[in-house]
Amino acid sequence: MEMPVPDPEILNRKAAIVARLQKVLPEGAVIHEPTETRAYECDALTAYRCPPLCAVLPGSTEEVAAVLKICHQEGVPVVPRGSGTSLAGGALPTADSVILGVARLNDVLETDYDNRFIRVQTGRTNLSVTGAVEEEGFFYAPDPSSQLACAIAGNIAMNSGGAHCLKYGVTTNNLMGVTMVQMDGTVVEIGGAYLDAPGLDLLGVICGSEGQLGVVTEATLRILPKPEGARPILIGFNSNEVAGACVSDIIRAGVLPVAIEFMDRPCIEATEDFAKAGYPMCEALLIVEVEGSQAEIDEQLKLISAIARRHDPVELRESKSDEESARIWLGRKSAFGAMGQINDYMCLDGTIPVSSLPHVLRRIGEMSKEYGLDVANVFHAGDGNMHPLILFDANKPGDLELCEAFGAEILRLCVEVGGCLTGEHGVGIEKRDLMFDQFSGEDLEAQMKVKDVFDPAWLLNPAKVFPLAVSQARRPGQIAAQ
Amino acid sequence: MIEPATETELAEALRAAAGPLRIRGGGTREIGKPVAGEVLSTRALSGIELYDPGALTIVVGAGTPLEEMEAALAAENQRLAFEPLDYRGVLGSAGAPTIGGVVATNASGPRRIQAGACRDSLIGVRFVDGSGAVVKNGGRVMKNVTGYDLVKLMCGSWGTLGVLSQVAFKVLPAPPDRAVLLIEGLSDEAAVAAMAQALASPYEVSGAAHLPRGVDGDPVTMLRLEGFEASTRYRAGALRALLGLGGDIERDLQKTAAGWRYIRDLEGAPAGGDLWRISVKPSDGPGIAARAGADWLEYDWGGGLIWAVVEAGVDLRARLGNFAGHATLIRAAQATRERLAVFQPEPAPVAAISAGLRARFDPRGILNPGIMG
Repeated sequence: MEMPVPDPEILNRKAAIVARLQKVLPEGAVIHEPTETRAYECDALTAYRCPPLCAVLPGSTEEVAAVLKICHQEGVPVVPRGSGTSLAGGALPTADSVILGVARLNDVLETDYDNRFIRVQTGRTNLSVTGAVEEEGFFYAPDPSSQLACAIAGNIAMNSGGAHCLKYGVTTNNLMGVTMVQMDGTVVEIGGAYLDAPGLDLLGVICGSEGQLGVVTEATLRILPKPEGARPILIGFNSNEVAGACVSDIIRAGVLPVAIEFMDRPCIEATEDFAKAGYPMCEALLIVEVEGSQAEIDEQLKLISAIARRHDPVELRESKSDEESARIWLGRKSAFGAMGQINDYMCLDGTIPVSSLPHVLRRIGEMSKEYGLDVANVFHAGDGNMHPLILFDANKPGDLELCEAFGAEILRLCVEVGGCLTGEHGVGIEKRDLMFDQFSGEDLEAQMKVKDVFDPAWLLNPAKVFPLAVSQARRPGQIAAQ
Repeated sequence: MIEPATETELAEALRAAAGPLRIRGGGTREIGKPVAGEVLSTRALSGIELYDPGALTIVVGAGTPLEEMEAALAAENQRLAFEPLDYRGVLGSAGAPTIGGVVATNASGPRRIQAGACRDSLIGVRFVDGSGAVVKNGGRVMKNVTGYDLVKLMCGSWGTLGVLSQVAFKVLPAPPDRAVLLIEGLSDEAAVAAMAQALASPYEVSGAAHLPRGVDGDPVTMLRLEGFEASTRYRAGALRALLGLGGDIERDLQKTAAGWRYIRDLEGAPAGGDLWRISVKPSDGPGIAARAGADWLEYDWGGGLIWAVVEAGVDLRARLGNFAGHATLIRAAQATRERLAVFQPEPAPVAAISAGLRARFDPRGILNPGIMG
């Protein structure tokens, strides 16, 4: 993976830069000893690592502004970091960059049930936002798999999704306002406890900008009342095509499930060995969850069962209790862990139109044979967000590269059928060099113009999202190299 | 008038433009600071290019009449979830609203509180910027974080960053049944409190509006439930019991459709006076409305959206003072729109970002210049 060569001039000034940062931050909030900066050398994309110049952990918006002002004056790149759970390398540093971690910014600032919002500092974890409001019967809807660890700051940067976005949307649909510090230290307030910010939708473009436009320190998030109940149904099929057709039919029938999850045979087999959830051995399995009162759930599940029966399912298991629901979800929730037990794997994140599902799965199967690498498919079928897991052996020379090439080909296929490279993980460094497969030069130019406005010096997370050759002219003093 | 028939012609027209342009779809929303310039119409960029009901997605030309699109969706029992409002009645305009106009103004109706605004349903755009560059962003899938989200930036930019040529939406099933709980006689404060309680319930209220003076002159609060019949019956009863304020449950589909159209399109607004749109934290609504000294009021979005008709020419923002939210002058004489800021003035650092974006996307300043102030 290409990254910019660190600026030797910045490396030489490390002591002076650290000293300036220490002056504006409390003791211990500047981490600069080489033994300690290693903790920040990568995120969840662990194949790529590089310790930063130093890491800072400010405890307030004012401290974030002071840090950014200094880095702006010194011309030092800044890489914002939430909890470091990015699968795309969004928080990967360069040796000449300062990691700005929001871990100490984790307070709840305001909860308002009448107006249905919560205002938090963005270092707070996703799950603990729901934790702060669930006693009153509310929850925060976006639920990425990493929700126990991932920070709201990272959710906003990557516009994170989750299993339930078919009904509740992703981060951008649940974000009402932010306090954001720009690279020059300017603090801006956008949106708030009311709907639809005035003027241009800056909130919309900040969300999902991968930490390149500013550092969001506080967020106003929409909270929702919990449904009365939720129950899944498990449906097994003898072919991927039939399962795909069933998903389409459910959607067309007017039912809006809160989640439709899909697993294929390799994934079912691996999770059965690992979690023993009692899944049927078949080619494709759907878990469809609906919400409402007991009677409403019964009615919706009856309708879904009727649709499924028209597709000759090999198994149809309607949950009647919390215990049965937990068993149905057990395998799906352990799928990634199960795959990790049997192999190294790379998790992809392309989205496709739901109607292309059978075609794409067939092509992935063919490619799997060509590359000699196995693939297991587990994904959010309702919204077309696929997570093919390519299995490889990290200890075998050349296997990672082969796996990456295979992954790139799957993502190109997603684009070819009308989808995209990433549905919820973000571009980061991982998909950066595939951007031309989805976008033209003019498309990327339009996006980079937005960064020019927010961060004219291109100091915030500069080596991400855009192919290095494309952003090179805008990133002063940095030359892309191996 | 320039009326390009293809995206290529649109790009050529923008490259060739010698002066300011007024971007127009159906010409039904004459809102904003008046713009002088030649009209550029998107009407010929019309037609449904792709509709995949099983994937809940539709892609259309920006000049497509909203009515044509909604008819195609209705044939599959689907709909645009955000319930776009129709300004023709209240602005006294004629013509056919286009989907491009809906997007450019982020026009969203009562269901915004449950299903999100236009910007939340919009998943892809193609547009031509002020220099003539053709740009696509987003696509036709509902989960997409590939690159920056210019889809949202374009939505509600009132034609100032680019001219839309194509738009793509996530659509939703249209539920077969509907029930509306109607409660009469509540004060504004009591109505907003009741709406807050309803919206905090698990009954998935898809509309919460209050008219201080309803059709018969008395206050009426309306709470909408949509779904399968068994569900709306159960929820309407449960909601009435929860609120404990009594009220009638109206189940007639035509009557309830007309009732929500009345709210959505501001059918009760008097023809005279200036129309303001105020976005607030719902519990602040009644206090702010009282300060407005309005001749007519409508609360939508559980109290978070206030429509107010006040006497012509008044600077309502001066009356309201500082509040968390913003006010937009939707209908007023041209002279008033020249004099008062139509859109809420932005704090300096935010205004600098907005100005920077316009300068980059429209370097010659030819796209609806000044319409947003």
